[in-house]
Amino acid sequence: MNIVVAIKHIPSIADDLPVKGNNVDFDSVDFVLNEFDEQSIEQAVLVKEAVGGTVTVVGVDMIGELDAVLHLALAKGADKAVKITGDDPAADSHQQAKWLAEAIKGMSADMVFAGVQASNDLDGQIGPMIAAHLDMPYIGGVSSVEVSDHTATVNKEFAGGIGGKYSVSLPMVVGVQAASKPPRYAPISKVRQVAQTATIEKVSPSGDATSGLAFKKMAPPVVTGHAEMIEGSSKDVAKKIVELLKSKGLA
Amino acid sequence: MSNDILVITEHMDGKFSDVSFEMVGKAKELASALGGRAVAVVVGGGVSSNVFASDSTIHIDDAALSQFNPEAYGKVIEALVKEKSPRLVMFGWTATGMDLAAWLSAKLGVPCAAYVKNIGADLTMSCQAYGGKMSADVSPEGDMAIAACLAGSFPVEAGQGSTAATSIASPVALDGLKIKFVEAIKPAGGDVDITAQAKLVSIGRGIGSKDNVELAEELAGKLGATVSSSRPVVDAGWLPRTRQVGKSGLKVKPKLYLMLGISGAPEHLEGMKSAELIIAINTDKKAPIFNVAHYGATADLFEVAEAMLELL
Repeated sequence: MNIVVAIKHIPSIADDLPVKGNNVDFDSVDFVLNEFDEQSIEQAVLVKEAVGGTVTVVGVDMIGELDAVLHLALAKGADKAVKITGDDPAADSHQQAKWLAEAIKGMSADMVFAGVQASNDLDGQIGPMIAAHLDMPYIGGVSSVEVSDHTATVNKEFAGGIGGKYSVSLPMVVGVQAASKPPRYAPISKVRQVAQTATIEKVSPSGDATSGLAFKKMAPPVVTGHAEMIEGSSKDVAKKIVELLKSKGLA
Repeated sequence: MSNDILVITEHMDGKFSDVSFEMVGKAKELASALGGRAVAVVVGGGVSSNVFASDSTIHIDDAALSQFNPEAYGKVIEALVKEKSPRLVMFGWTATGMDLAAWLSAKLGVPCAAYVKNIGADLTMSCQAYGGKMSADVSPEGDMAIAACLAGSFPVEAGQGSTAATSIASPVALDGLKIKFVEAIKPAGGDVDITAQAKLVSIGRGIGSKDNVELAEELAGKLGATVSSSRPVVDAGWLPRTRQVGKSGLKVKPKLYLMLGISGAPEHLEGMKSAELIIAINTDKKAPIFNVAHYGATADLFEVAEAMLELL
């Protein structure tokens, strides 16, 4: 089983996002791995462990810092790592999906995994777009994957525990919502060891695509309401919340 | 090319989702500004499709479409869009629409905006970006565009009506599909039903570890509440999926929703914004949840929870 995981390195939303012109100031933000890609990598490794094969993780190197992410993926069980030297921190999902699809074309993938969404997917997610470029079927919102005889059985979540089980003749692209087990932890010592020994293959970006969206404005949302903020120490806050709950008959 | 707007509606178990009506209502407004028609598109059977206020409704049914199948639905919608050449195609940014919108965009080379929460008469789209921390206005280039709209963005009522649907056969052959629907998955029983609880203590990523869930359980116990959570807590395996609130979890409307360490991503808000009293504790004073909560505090959730336990 030849499994490819397409990942996205995205601006961190832990801190405020600075704006430059009509978009995020990509030069002044930290980049992190899309959280759904952690699930996607785990699901891919679980499939490999169940049926054998190799897991190749591939991503666009947005700001020249993808190595750390790839080392972590290798420490968690991926076998190969590939970075596309995009060097364009503003590359949108359409452009990344095209580059990724071109890179994946030569990998004879049986399955391509991608995170179901990312917080910067303003022009849609890479998973369904890679599927369109590679002419493979796509299912997203997936929370478990089993493979046998070149057929995958996947569970897709709709909402509230309701879902559908699908069987898919491979190859396919899977949009992972959650791995069937929580992502494993890779000890820092192992990541360091991988970082010293692993080879990351570099691929030049190939193919052009654009979202066709012109950015007119990027700003914190205009808020119509705001919580009444309870000030003071943690003890003050606790006291006021308890008083509030008691006054409403909720405690 | 036309100035029509195609709305790809969604239904399950014989019922259309609210986002379908919301989009039809918005499509009517836009179509009237553009001089086109709002066309509701219903794919799949087992549902009465004469329920929209659209200018027309197209109903495509086929045995292969009886359950949602992204491959079959994608082929049908692609063929229909090619035939109708609408100005705009609207999807829900939902479990089903998310499988189709970006795929269609790449397939047809048509711009797509996601996380759409408003659309202007010039088709400028306002989108929620970066987990709700930013809002982006984007303008699609070209003659056709795709909008994947967040649920709850437009009023439901404006899309409700009784336009008679026209049934048509699938515009494309649906044999040789690689994806096959096997069976429906129903929620696992046995756990408490969080949608039936009057009080929820809801925990997010800020709870930090599985061991810390106990503190939330203790606080919930004192309040006569049940512990629920945002998606990352469930994905980490700290609580069962039956406790998840939000877009991919359950929609709740309790009397009290006490939030510990939940930042308020749009996906979570979709599941709880109708709660009667929302109190949020978060260390990030700019967390989006403070725009939705009734009361909030920028504080350490562990200190507040422990202090509350002493007072209860």
